[in-house]
Amino acid sequence: MSVAKRIIPCLDVDKGRVVKGINFVDIVDAGDPVEVAKKYDSEGADEITFLDITASHEGRDTILSVVEKVANEVFIPLTVGGGVSDFNDVRDLLSVGADKVTINTAAVSNPNIINDVTEKIGRQCIVIAVDVKKIDNEYYVFTHGGRKNSMLSAYDWCMECQKRGAGEILLTSMDKDGTKDGFDLEILNTISTDLNIPLIASGGAGNLEHLHEAITKGNADAVLAASIFHFGEFSITEAKEYLKGKGILVR
Amino acid sequence: MKKISVIDYGMSNLHSVLKSFQKVIDKKYSLSIAKTIKDLEDASIIILPGQGAANSCMDRLNSKFPSLDKFIINRPFFGICLGFQILFNESSEDGGVKCFSIIDGTVTDFKNTTNRKLKIPHMGWNIVNQNHSHPIWKNISNKSFFYFVHSYYAQATKLSDELSTTDYGINFTSSVIKDNIFACQYHPEKSSSNGLQLLSNFITYSEGI
Repeated sequence: MSVAKRIIPCLDVDKGRVVKGINFVDIVDAGDPVEVAKKYDSEGADEITFLDITASHEGRDTILSVVEKVANEVFIPLTVGGGVSDFNDVRDLLSVGADKVTINTAAVSNPNIINDVTEKIGRQCIVIAVDVKKIDNEYYVFTHGGRKNSMLSAYDWCMECQKRGAGEILLTSMDKDGTKDGFDLEILNTISTDLNIPLIASGGAGNLEHLHEAITKGNADAVLAASIFHFGEFSITEAKEYLKGKGILVR
Repeated sequence: MKKISVIDYGMSNLHSVLKSFQKVIDKKYSLSIAKTIKDLEDASIIILPGQGAANSCMDRLNSKFPSLDKFIINRPFFGICLGFQILFNESSEDGGVKCFSIIDGTVTDFKNTTNRKLKIPHMGWNIVNQNHSHPIWKNISNKSFFYFVHSYYAQATKLSDELSTTDYGINFTSSVIKDNIFACQYHPEKSSSNGLQLLSNFITYSEGI
């Protein structure tokens, strides 16, 4: 027996507002992170991820008040990422109610941040977001919002994160992201084979069978998706029913 | 006004524990944070959350909350995660940590007891099997999912103390009940509506103690 496979909706937040046009008929303010998070909680989301895409430095404190407001009302695990650059950022987010923090570029430029957070707070709260792109049959890790090739091998980097004490890996295929064409099962499977910490699949979900494949063929422990849930194409409830019908353990 | 005191020994994030209790209590209760043993003297209910390592938890509790065990056995008590594990006799963490011995049993590393390829920590939603009926389960179906995050697991010696079990490679004790004491390995404050229901049931149960 194992834990249930998780379904995680991901919300992009810009200056405190949910963006990328969430389309729910029964929500008054689709830009309010609290309302959207409550809606996902009521549908059975296992966790909610907020990605702060606020570009200006001054706007960055708004994410703290967003997390605090959501954590006051929604009682499932909350993961927050986007622009987390040092230990203090992690600590600040946890102190307002985040359960986990995702780190991307900062972990590549300074991998010791992983050891630091793990030793001081515990490995359960640190998720390393790894954005990968396939070039000439090799998967590379990209940073800076996908603009810069770090030249690190995706496999080696995930294993290093695990060794340094990361709690989970959130693996996004840049090639698949936005295509609605299904997850990159090849890289998911390659990494999950040797990973002893949970692997969250991201990038490419277009229908419910894609979620199923990420779990059965990609061996992912959790699937993260944005648009298929936001635009009301499928509800979390429908996704759970579908997976349950296929014999997957879900909550 | 009845006081609910949440113990703060500097090792856990109290935010969601406070907010989740806030959500389920009515006006006759007040919530406060206890930083020393003195703060517990007028508490009607004591909550002990916790995360991190058992040895530093016990060290901090022993220094800031001397004789905490006498309070635990005397009034309604709710322990969560590490606040559940330290009720047992001992934990194998860091070569062995002596705990409160309020519940008979031990706490062990998942790594040492299973050959299966299980991911550690045990993190995510898992099934809580209710061993016997109890007011704490009111409106919570048997085999409901709750949220877990831990690398060590407890095993209660006495069946009467073991209120529920959960299977993760091994069938471990996921909650205990003993008179005024309820404690769980899972995080009700992160377990959505079932979690809030459980907190509310505990408050009701404590009124009858």
